[in-house]
Amino acid sequence: VKIQRDLTDLQTFGFGPRSLTWWGTLGFMVLEGTGFVLAAGSYLYLMTLAPKWPLNAAQPDYWPGTVVTLLLLASVPLNILLNRWARRQDMPKVRLGLLAMTVLGIAPLVVRWFEFPALQVHWDSNAYGSVTWFLLGLHTTHLLTDVADTVVLTALMFTRHGYSGKRFSDVSDNAFYWDFVVLSWLPIYFILYWLPRFA
Amino acid sequence: VNSKKQDVRDTDLAPADLDARLSHVWGDPPGIWGWLTTVDHKAIGRRYVVTALIFLCLGGLSALVMRLQLGTPENKLVGPDLYNQLFTMHGSTMMFLFAVPVMETMGVYLVPLMIGTRTVAFPRLNAFSYWVYLFGGAMLWIAFFVNTGPDAGWFSYVPLAGPQYGIGKRSDIWAQMITYTEVSGLAVAVTSIVTIFKMRAPGMTLDRIPLFVWAALVTSFMIVFAMPAVMVSSTMLILDRLVGTHFFNWAEGGDVLLYQHLFWFFGHPEVYFIFIPATGIVSAIIPAFARQKMFGYTVLVLSLFGTGFLAFGLWVHHMFVTGLPRLGESFFTASSMAVAIPSGLQIFCWIATLWDGKLKFNTPLLFVFGFILNFVIGGLSGVMVASVPIDTQVHDTYFVVAHFHYVLVGGAVFPLLGGIYYWFPKFYGRMLNERLGRWNFWLAMVGFNLTFFPMHILGLMGMPRRVYTYQPEMGWGPMNMLVTIGAFVFFASFLLLAFNVWRSLRDGQLAGGNPWNAGTLEWATSSPPPAYNFAHIPVCTGREPLWQTPDTPVAAGLRVDKREVLVTTLVDGEPDLRDSSPEPSIWPLVAAVATSVTLLASIFTPWAIVWGLLPVGAALTGWFWPKGTKEDES
Repeated sequence: VKIQRDLTDLQTFGFGPRSLTWWGTLGFMVLEGTGFVLAAGSYLYLMTLAPKWPLNAAQPDYWPGTVVTLLLLASVPLNILLNRWARRQDMPKVRLGLLAMTVLGIAPLVVRWFEFPALQVHWDSNAYGSVTWFLLGLHTTHLLTDVADTVVLTALMFTRHGYSGKRFSDVSDNAFYWDFVVLSWLPIYFILYWLPRFA
Repeated sequence: VNSKKQDVRDTDLAPADLDARLSHVWGDPPGIWGWLTTVDHKAIGRRYVVTALIFLCLGGLSALVMRLQLGTPENKLVGPDLYNQLFTMHGSTMMFLFAVPVMETMGVYLVPLMIGTRTVAFPRLNAFSYWVYLFGGAMLWIAFFVNTGPDAGWFSYVPLAGPQYGIGKRSDIWAQMITYTEVSGLAVAVTSIVTIFKMRAPGMTLDRIPLFVWAALVTSFMIVFAMPAVMVSSTMLILDRLVGTHFFNWAEGGDVLLYQHLFWFFGHPEVYFIFIPATGIVSAIIPAFARQKMFGYTVLVLSLFGTGFLAFGLWVHHMFVTGLPRLGESFFTASSMAVAIPSGLQIFCWIATLWDGKLKFNTPLLFVFGFILNFVIGGLSGVMVASVPIDTQVHDTYFVVAHFHYVLVGGAVFPLLGGIYYWFPKFYGRMLNERLGRWNFWLAMVGFNLTFFPMHILGLMGMPRRVYTYQPEMGWGPMNMLVTIGAFVFFASFLLLAFNVWRSLRDGQLAGGNPWNAGTLEWATSSPPPAYNFAHIPVCTGREPLWQTPDTPVAAGLRVDKREVLVTTLVDGEPDLRDSSPEPSIWPLVAAVATSVTLLASIFTPWAIVWGLLPVGAALTGWFWPKGTKEDES
């Protein structure tokens, strides 16, 4: 056997694009993002066909949605810090950051509960109601998934299993996914609450 | 964090010792437990391909029943209701349960071997995807056997499949089958992309990636961008049916064409993610049997990207008779014709390679010739139906049925059969019988053309697709009988393949590592490969590394006391990390069962999604929670 390359001293974990999980997370963001684009496209498609928009419904009440938006935006700086702490493998700060991000994840979910009635239309009233609930529901599943993931990861980082480079890398990837949950919300927020007012 | 414990590396071990240690670490537990918990990409890839071939058989049998019914006018064998279920089952099975999975998962088996690594990037996700696919396919066929088979065609158009006309649970079964297969297809696509990006052998720069792997990569990207469309459309369909939404209900501001747009935004690329992997198979077979490096490697790679890109701009040509604006239709005519350019470039590169080569006429190459001939016929009728006036004339006739079978069977099944003859020795360690192989090829060629060529003429004579019978005065009887005979000949060719496989598994000639003297890395290991694929990670020295350096140089320094893989950089394939790889686990199966039960129950009550979150969440937590084994050391 002709040994040409020596791999002995390679590291056993890496952050960001060096890690497989980061790429996997990116892959799922891209496909879920495509889902968002198509759902939003369906909204616009139905809107262009309708004689008026919203279709036989009052304008949606934008307050709960705006509070969700502000809460999500407020979580971003801490999320960036958490990512940084994870990369430094600073356990006390990572634990604190994860606890805070859990709270900052649950808070918009609670307000989201009030967002559905604020749409002022039911999913089975007409196509406008169907597609607004669809968009909001689609984003809610993402919110819920990431919060559940954050809760499990927070619990994990308080056990002995947390002391592992790979787990810190997981925290970093989880923060990466949260950015996606926040960013994907902004166009949906605009479409749901402001587009009908400008249309 | 990076604890320096005593670990064992593969650098200085004697071959026998290395093999024993790696076999212990990478092998599965014995017995049924090992079968259920395996995350070996070869076991899962084999399982996927075999399952897909079983679905091919079921889809083929449903076609044979239809052909028996249509063989003579006013035949009483099958009634209209069962006939509707049969053609829907045939199309749905062939597209969602056979063609896409088999093409995607030939890669699950072959890609890690071709790029010189030990497994895929996410072995457990890969295992999970198989179980979900299996349960979804089983659900569809069990439903069919209890008279709840979908009956609105494989694209399940509204309003026929909607709440108003699609009574019972038939269309719900179809819509949920889509969810299962797309979840599984997307999981495999992401796994493949990351595997190809980050786990290539050292030295495998972008311009050394085998063409089959490029095809798998382009296909995976297409799946990532296309499959969400069918998930959106089938979810909207099932919501319309189950909770009273109005996405496709014209009376409440919905639109039926929205369904068609979403479906075909997926459905047209789908044709290409069946066809593109098939071109990858062709590009693997031709150099091996022409004894010649592939002519125009860069052109072929760019053609794959070109086809993949253009495939997203063609979907409206499935909707030419829906009354869309003329200008829009003209655009889609142009783009439909444009896709012939990259396909044509590929064909010229293959012909140039064959022209220059010293050909060995083994069965795989015969199937490649069959592919080129049949696919070109399908391409020509494709250029015809790309034009709006011709399409308007032949829409929903047997001409279209003939066209897409030439493209899909000629363009994908022929290469696949060639691929089976080519890689069977790698999968199972024994050669398929060459004499039976030739018979297999000629029977397939004659049967296929006898079945599908007369359909062009039947279509031009005005015979519509999806009718369960016709009157003798139409004059379609003799031609239909010919088609039916052809279908049985074609089916016989698959029986011959099954016989060949059965016989060769028992006493086929032993293959050895590289029976065809091919140049890519999957042939650098034994046949079948050991659980760990390669004793040392190979170093890639060119596009056909085994031809350039028969004594493959290797990289060493990985641990052999736990599952460790090499992660390399995206562009240059430079070693970057020694990464842990997951051990066998029951959790992917548990998660797949929880997911499947939830999806199935949701057909009967939407609340299933709510209470199903608990078992799914619990299973995923069990999956991800570290077990304190060596896998977690890093």
